[in-house]
Amino acid sequence: MTLRRSLLALATAAALAASACDDGATSSSLPANASEAISTYAKIVHATYEDTLAAASALKSSTDALIATPSEATMTAARAAWRASREPYLQSEVFRFYDGPIDNPDDGPEGLLNAWPLDEAYIDYVTGDATAGIINGTTPIDAAALESLNEQGGEENIATGYHAIEFLLWGQDLSDSGPGERPFTDFATDSAATAPNPNRRATYLDVVATMLVGHLDGLAAAWAPGSTSNYRAEFEAARPEEAIRRILTGMIVLSGFETGGERLQTALDSGDQEDEHSCFSDNTHRDMVQDVQGIYNVWHGSYQRTDGSTVTGVGLRDVIVLVDSALSAQIDARIDESLALAKALQPPFDQEIAIGNAAGRARVQALVTSLRLQEQVLQALFRKLGLTIPTPE
Amino acid sequence: MRVARTAALVLTLASLAACADGGGDAASLHPDEWLPGGATTNTLLFGSNAFTRPAENITEAHALLFYSGNSGFNQAWVQAPASTTTHDGLGPIFNARSCAACHFKDGRGRPPLDSDEPFLGLLLRLSVPGDAPHGEPVPDPVYGGQLQPFGVLGVAAEGRPTVTTEEIHGEYDDGTPYTLLAPTYSIEDPAYGPLSPDLRISPRVAPATIGMGLLEAIPDARLAALEDPDDLDGDGISGRRNRVWDVELEDVVTGRFGWKAEQPTVRQQSAAAFNGDIGVSSPMFEGSDCTPAQQSCLDAHSGGDPELTNELLDRVELYCQLLAVPARSAHAKPEVLRGKRLFAEAGCDSCHTPNHRTSPDAALEELRDQHIWPYTDLLLHDMGDALSDHRPSFAATGAEWRTPPLWGLRYNLVVNGHDRLLHDGRARGTAEAILWHGGEGEASRDAFRAMTAADRQALIAFVESL
Repeated sequence: MTLRRSLLALATAAALAASACDDGATSSSLPANASEAISTYAKIVHATYEDTLAAASALKSSTDALIATPSEATMTAARAAWRASREPYLQSEVFRFYDGPIDNPDDGPEGLLNAWPLDEAYIDYVTGDATAGIINGTTPIDAAALESLNEQGGEENIATGYHAIEFLLWGQDLSDSGPGERPFTDFATDSAATAPNPNRRATYLDVVATMLVGHLDGLAAAWAPGSTSNYRAEFEAARPEEAIRRILTGMIVLSGFETGGERLQTALDSGDQEDEHSCFSDNTHRDMVQDVQGIYNVWHGSYQRTDGSTVTGVGLRDVIVLVDSALSAQIDARIDESLALAKALQPPFDQEIAIGNAAGRARVQALVTSLRLQEQVLQALFRKLGLTIPTPE
Repeated sequence: MRVARTAALVLTLASLAACADGGGDAASLHPDEWLPGGATTNTLLFGSNAFTRPAENITEAHALLFYSGNSGFNQAWVQAPASTTTHDGLGPIFNARSCAACHFKDGRGRPPLDSDEPFLGLLLRLSVPGDAPHGEPVPDPVYGGQLQPFGVLGVAAEGRPTVTTEEIHGEYDDGTPYTLLAPTYSIEDPAYGPLSPDLRISPRVAPATIGMGLLEAIPDARLAALEDPDDLDGDGISGRRNRVWDVELEDVVTGRFGWKAEQPTVRQQSAAAFNGDIGVSSPMFEGSDCTPAQQSCLDAHSGGDPELTNELLDRVELYCQLLAVPARSAHAKPEVLRGKRLFAEAGCDSCHTPNHRTSPDAALEELRDQHIWPYTDLLLHDMGDALSDHRPSFAATGAEWRTPPLWGLRYNLVVNGHDRLLHDGRARGTAEAILWHGGEGEASRDAFRAMTAADRQALIAFVESL
């Protein structure tokens, strides 16, 4: 503690010395390869969003097919496309938390894309309430209406995004052994229909899938190369300290707060599948793996694309090893450990956290602990670099 | 440690001295000042998530509970019965479905900006004249202690709150004009019969929820020492503690939370909000705000007895206690330091007491013995007739309000997208909030009004650097 405080005090002094005159012309204290690492990061972000966009477009085609011809086959295909679309998206979550394109407070679409947890009765029928939700109401279902309804009355009233689509494809997860079992006939408009308002349900699915593609398109554009006015241009032109501050902020908050805390610890504490991240599809174990994979990608400066090719360059790791090789080695080991522990989780996650499953809970606990340690070692790096306070506004 | 601190200070002073312009009459900078929450301060995450971090010195055991508390704070309650058993029991009448609905991103609410917008983040407390056992307001016999503008299916919402505003024009001593918005609140479409002619209405916005554990950990003796109920020192300021009912202790204690310091602890504040605002019962507050005149409300399904377990309340309490205050970043700017001196010279710090040391015996170890900078004395002060709600509460008169903390104020805009201040959010930014000060705050307000434009700007820059 004493040491940390001293570092803080020194960091403050350094920041003050740099900022008191606010001339903005301070030279960088980072190794010379920092700017290359920042460029690599931008390339990885763009490639990840391109893959995410392509996967979302494929998902949209599959929901079109489901709506046109509801059948066991089209339902299964749509579910597979949803799962596939999550793989690159989860790897993009490490690009959150610094008010970048994904979650800046003015127009960042994160709340429309991936907000969770979901109050399912806000969207469609649930056990015990056959007429619940927007689908069984009378408000018009279009993008503008759903956007205005999203998060109305608090974070929980989620009307759009991946988890809304997930709920429409799987329904409530009422089974101990598998995911939700919404019948494809919920979308049937003929005598096979198993729920009222199939047309409104189909419209809803179509609108949220379209919105998903649109939002991801905007993110890919914000990070596209060659522009002089998009976010990437500003990001690469910023002081290297500021760009590294943003990169590390995403890694730190996703490790400890979001994945280790909100998603894993909360579920472990309650032992309740209501607190599971992708509860309808039982896909939560993949969410955890790809969240950590995204952190791994940024650290190593390497991203394996959906088509198997690799985007690679100078990684953050290559910069930090020049600053403090021991700390860099600690981060290496910690991220490797977290990734291995995430891959060791056994699906379905709701059984992994069940109160009676000591072995499963121990696996989740081990991952929580590793992610907390990961947050701490990344914070140590953050402080080492003197990034603890942003440049005065 | 000591060496590093000294080195930091020397460097700071050296770098400040290097900027000759405008820094000459600045206040000095305390080396702890950039960490308003001491070792709990969030030095990591800023921007729109600036209020969402746990105390940085959080213990491993508490971190685990913190995240569950966060979930309890965000999670929406649903109408009972429901497939969810842990979160059913909304209402039957309510103001919001979750804590975060009003304290969005752990920040503050505001009044609606037009007549189509629902009241979220601003509620109306109700009472009628009379004597209650502990000096608290007497709930309206039909509408209860606050207006709940929503009801679950089958239970009518109590009514529709509305606000209209009237412009008040004034000018600074240098002739610069300004406009204030004076609000009037009323209730349309009362669903359970006509409103009592004696009805008292007090509007309250949801405050930011950061740093509450630290405020709770300021020793009562410190607050007692700051009191001057009879203004013996003749400075025109007569702060006093509110004396309120502690439900668990069954005793009268110092009030600390709420706009009139009506709640003694974070725990009681949280349980009262669950009960009054979301309609969720707990061991501390059983039942709901339904009155005998509201039969459909009394007849509605319960989500269990209690709906909120002590286990979940424990976690939400700990979450609110350990939500960190963000570090300052512009604290060393010459204009900010000049504004800090003007803030003191205008007497603002007579009530907005800059710093305290928390108790070494605080319940949570993270909060013990911290040097904190909340800019409040937690005492009641007469703020004049224009701000009065004419609704006494415990020891507080209608015109008396608790000094609100100023820490984190610069993030209002980025966290919540607005800069509304004061108990009902009537002030559009810092200057208007100061201009509304009356009563004990009148002298400071007049000093602000007499300042040059540059000095006013510096004072605001200081407040908005907190």
